[in-house]
Amino acid sequence: MRALEPWVAAPLQTFINESAARLILLMTTSGQVVAQHGFSRSVEVMTAAALGAAIVASTEELSRTMAAPRFGAVVHNGSRQSCMLSAFATPRGRWIGLVVFGSETSVGLVQLFFDQMVEELVMVAPKEQAPAPMLAENFEDELNTSLKELFGR
Amino acid sequence: MAGTAPMIAADELLERVTQVPGVRGSLLISAIDGLVVAERLMDGIDGRAVAALVASLMQRLGRATTAAGLEPPNFVHLKGGSGSVLAAPGRDDVVLVAVVTPDANLGRARLDMLDVVGRLT
Repeated sequence: MRALEPWVAAPLQTFINESAARLILLMTTSGQVVAQHGFSRSVEVMTAAALGAAIVASTEELSRTMAAPRFGAVVHNGSRQSCMLSAFATPRGRWIGLVVFGSETSVGLVQLFFDQMVEELVMVAPKEQAPAPMLAENFEDELNTSLKELFGR
Repeated sequence: MAGTAPMIAADELLERVTQVPGVRGSLLISAIDGLVVAERLMDGIDGRAVAALVASLMQRLGRATTAAGLEPPNFVHLKGGSGSVLAAPGRDDVVLVAVVTPDANLGRARLDMLDVVGRLT
């Protein structure tokens, strides 16, 4: 597990231990990666972050169109593994969690411990002002920098 | 509406279980997903947490009994310091769960739960 911000590590590690999730990605709604677990290549993280952020943006737009409250989570059920995407508010802005899990756990357990992780993250998050929205021209540099830090190379 | 009938039936069956003295709530959960299908709970019981954790327990017990060459359990009594959790697996991976106080009428709860899961379609 690698986290760009140290205060994220403990709640995320607890979630990993309790939920038995295989892959986890925490990112901002603009796709900037905050932490990851289980990914071995930075290109996988980059792809998952971009697609996850796009799916959440699509579902939030869909809920706006339907004049419905935001969806709590999107779950894709697979025969061998499943994927849950959930956006949540933190003192550092709105984040997205992408969790891939297999038959060794269940969507109920993953959602239960994910919500507990979100509560812990909100509690331990530094109360300083959230970083300004990233500009498009800086996005690629910022993404490459964060991926280097996450993979230690 | 035809689609609402099963939910009413489930609610009535849960009501029967919660009428047993000492039962604080009952739920129908999905053993595979760990999600609540229907619930009838007193305040202070987190149905979502009960569903997720009991489903995990039932899956593991199923694996353990199979590994030991036994039949999967048809009733589980998990005794705690301030009460118990009872679980009775039914068809289609649905599990009937009851949260009970230490002084609950466990015998009647067990009989009613086994009867209720037998009626689930």
